[in-house]
Amino acid sequence: MRIPVDTFRLANGLFVTLSEDHTAPIVAVNLWYHVGSANERAGRTGFAHLFEHMLFQGSENVGANEHFELVQRAGGTLNGSTWLERTNYFETVPSNQLALALWLEADRMGRLLPAMTQQKLDTQRDVVKNERRWSVDNQPYGTWWERLPALAFPPEHPFHHSLIGSMEDLSAASLDDVATFFATYYTPDNAVLTVAGDFDPAEARRLVEQMFGSIPRGDGSRPPLPPMDVPPTFGRPLRAVVPDDVMLPRLFLAARAPVFGSDAYYPASVCGAILGMRKGSRLHRSLVRERQVANEVTAFTFDLAKGSDLLVVDVTARPGVSAETLEREVARELDQLHRGGVAEDEVRRATALIATDLVASMQSASERADQLSKFATYFGDPSLINEQAARYAAVTAEQVSAFARERLGPENRASLLYVPKDAEDGTRDADAASDASDPQREAATAAATGVVA
Amino acid sequence: MSAPSPLPAAPPRPPAAPPRPYAFPRFERRTLANGLTLVVAPVRKLPVVSVLAVVEAGADTDPAGKEGLAQLTARALVEGTADLDGAALTDRLERLGTALDASADWDAAVARMTVLTERLGEALALMGRVLTAPAFPEREVERLKAERLADLLQLRTEPRGLADEMFDRFVYAPEARYARPDGGSEASVRAVTRDDVARFYAARYRAGATTLVVAGDVSADDAERLVADSLGAWGGARPEPAPGADRPAPGGRRVHVVAKEDAPQSELRVGHVGLPRTHPDFFAVSVMNSLLGGLFSSRINLNLREAHAYTYGAHSGFDWRRGAGPFAVSTAVASDVTAPALRETLLEIDRMRAEPVSEAELSLATSYLDGVFPIRYETTAAIAAALANLHIYGLGADYFDRYRERVRAVTAADVHRAAREHLHPERLQVVVVGDPAAVRAPLEALGVGPVSVYDAEGAPLA
Repeated sequence: MRIPVDTFRLANGLFVTLSEDHTAPIVAVNLWYHVGSANERAGRTGFAHLFEHMLFQGSENVGANEHFELVQRAGGTLNGSTWLERTNYFETVPSNQLALALWLEADRMGRLLPAMTQQKLDTQRDVVKNERRWSVDNQPYGTWWERLPALAFPPEHPFHHSLIGSMEDLSAASLDDVATFFATYYTPDNAVLTVAGDFDPAEARRLVEQMFGSIPRGDGSRPPLPPMDVPPTFGRPLRAVVPDDVMLPRLFLAARAPVFGSDAYYPASVCGAILGMRKGSRLHRSLVRERQVANEVTAFTFDLAKGSDLLVVDVTARPGVSAETLEREVARELDQLHRGGVAEDEVRRATALIATDLVASMQSASERADQLSKFATYFGDPSLINEQAARYAAVTAEQVSAFARERLGPENRASLLYVPKDAEDGTRDADAASDASDPQREAATAAATGVVA
Repeated sequence: MSAPSPLPAAPPRPPAAPPRPYAFPRFERRTLANGLTLVVAPVRKLPVVSVLAVVEAGADTDPAGKEGLAQLTARALVEGTADLDGAALTDRLERLGTALDASADWDAAVARMTVLTERLGEALALMGRVLTAPAFPEREVERLKAERLADLLQLRTEPRGLADEMFDRFVYAPEARYARPDGGSEASVRAVTRDDVARFYAARYRAGATTLVVAGDVSADDAERLVADSLGAWGGARPEPAPGADRPAPGGRRVHVVAKEDAPQSELRVGHVGLPRTHPDFFAVSVMNSLLGGLFSSRINLNLREAHAYTYGAHSGFDWRRGAGPFAVSTAVASDVTAPALRETLLEIDRMRAEPVSEAELSLATSYLDGVFPIRYETTAAIAAALANLHIYGLGADYFDRYRERVRAVTAADVHRAAREHLHPERLQVVVVGDPAAVRAPLEALGVGPVSVYDAEGAPLA
């Protein structure tokens, strides 16, 4: 499998990738802006995401909510998403509608502000507050997503604060913030555009130049991110216990890991797959199938490309299993991996699964375009998409074992432990004979919510 | 903020170019000597193949009192065969770079995998052993039961899943299979034994009741040879079809509040029993629902989200099954606007019935459903799933070739008739998972129907 990659750069700095595939009359348009929640200033948590909502509120030549309507009328699918390091916007349309998709993206890249009003901002602010309630506040364990980075990155670090934002900061966002953020970050020299699917390359290039060519590059006011580097490990165990409206204990355990795309990333990613990818993984086999202390397990990397990535293990207890037992069982598995390393056949299981996923995901034009944009944004080289299979295939057991030895020790574990508010039910083992837990210690941890060493 | 942009005039909004032709992938249907049906769609884009084994053993075939048996049986299939225990079987599959996911939905049990072409033969051989010689180890069946019970326990504090489950309970008659979760309730799952699983398998998993769908980088002849090797010796005729599962709850419009104290939001479900998948109004109803709440630019979403900012999103849908699945409007709204959000939802349902949509609005849905069709079938997994549905619902071999013209043929009058005949304001059941202290009085004041309050397990509260 080789994904065709053709690139050029417009005079205003916009980096463009074209990737042809004529198997169906479909084309994906995908824009990554190199701005995410990491770029937010103090007091404006959640703004990058709120701003993403505003990009669907029209631009100089597009009415409020018309963006969605025009793409759907054209027979297309679309959305956007905000992440710590980037914000993306994407549509997949019938290939005869490529010009429309490019025109819509160009109009909001070049001409957003004339369409911005206080009323639109107020409405989207309330929509986002409801999104926060829906995905975080009214969802069991829903705060994990903001608590885990807060635990794993120091307070001044750009990845520390909440991506969805606090209600207070969302309330404070103003139209001036919108104008400043737009002028600072939504410029062609801070974006990459990918077109993947069924198009004529000369025509696509002409359309891109016509639609985007007149948009001026940024004025150079984009502030650099503060230093993102952190030591390779936390240096000591970090731990927070969160009593929540949940029925079962659940542990999110993060380790600092090499940044996405680096040489050291691939063994770390494979290590995550050995631990928690599918039912043959170590944690599933041991904790779910054999010892039956967990109901669900998974492990994954955040794929952060700056500073430090996180490898996260996510384990939910079986009813009757205490939080303490759960934590101890996960620690036992990690200790074993840390000290004993992995076997070659575990690596091959993981890389075989990853190899299939890499090929299967490339069937979708939208996914292809998004991956090309990702490598273009982070490394300036979308053709890296074609090296991923070989990078994974080259990973050895020795490399994975070295990663585990260096990064999975107790001094590099940040544990975020959710326990049922009603501690009587959730923190104590139902079957005391199978587990000699210490009720006194459990009561103490269940009451603490801060970070404790 | 209305200063003109400093850029040169924008290029005009571009018109669409002429559309390029598209055809749903060609496929062949063959019947093996043992009665097993094989459907193959050769798709040569990338070196990957998806395989679905579809067995007529869905949740609608669960025996009364043992609801969840179909789901447990499907999941237990991949937990060991006569010669490989569950861990070894999992390991063998995953070393081939694939996983065999088996589960049962309402209409069928489905085992699915996606595998690189070069490993298709080995993976199909393992799939054949799973389908023809599962061992159902007692320990693994008991573990799967315990995992289902844990999921049910989690549901008590998970408002979205809880709202869906309670909605089914109030929309269907208590004795209807659709009133109860497809994976079973606590009591019914506890009642299932390993022998029940083995008996259910023996009665339902048969070559004559099974369709293998293969989509991807393989020819029909090669697929047939591989499937015959792995499943050709399997026997068994097709068993009796399942009885009806969709009897509606008696009585009129009611509001059911499921208590979640101090919830910052209410999970809202509004609807009634819908239609079976094979209903002749499928296309008119699909277009009507797209305009009501199926699309982002639908009436309900634009009203609740963009006009009132009550919610992050609101959606309506018909759940198409062999029997009449539910029609539901689903949304989550801030607690203090629960009653106004319900009022607006009911108004939009009434408005859809009151007068025909304009041609401009109609074309939003028809051009979307027409245009998006090729985008839905980019992957071998999506093509295989579509062909499985074709078989499960008996939609006809030319269904996908005619789909787009049938969408385009829907008129505003068809949409109006579909709304009048298939939306039933007087039968609507309303489920609110939320804080009774915040929502009960405003809901009573709205006067849409009697309001009752329940706990998270559905027991009435005073």
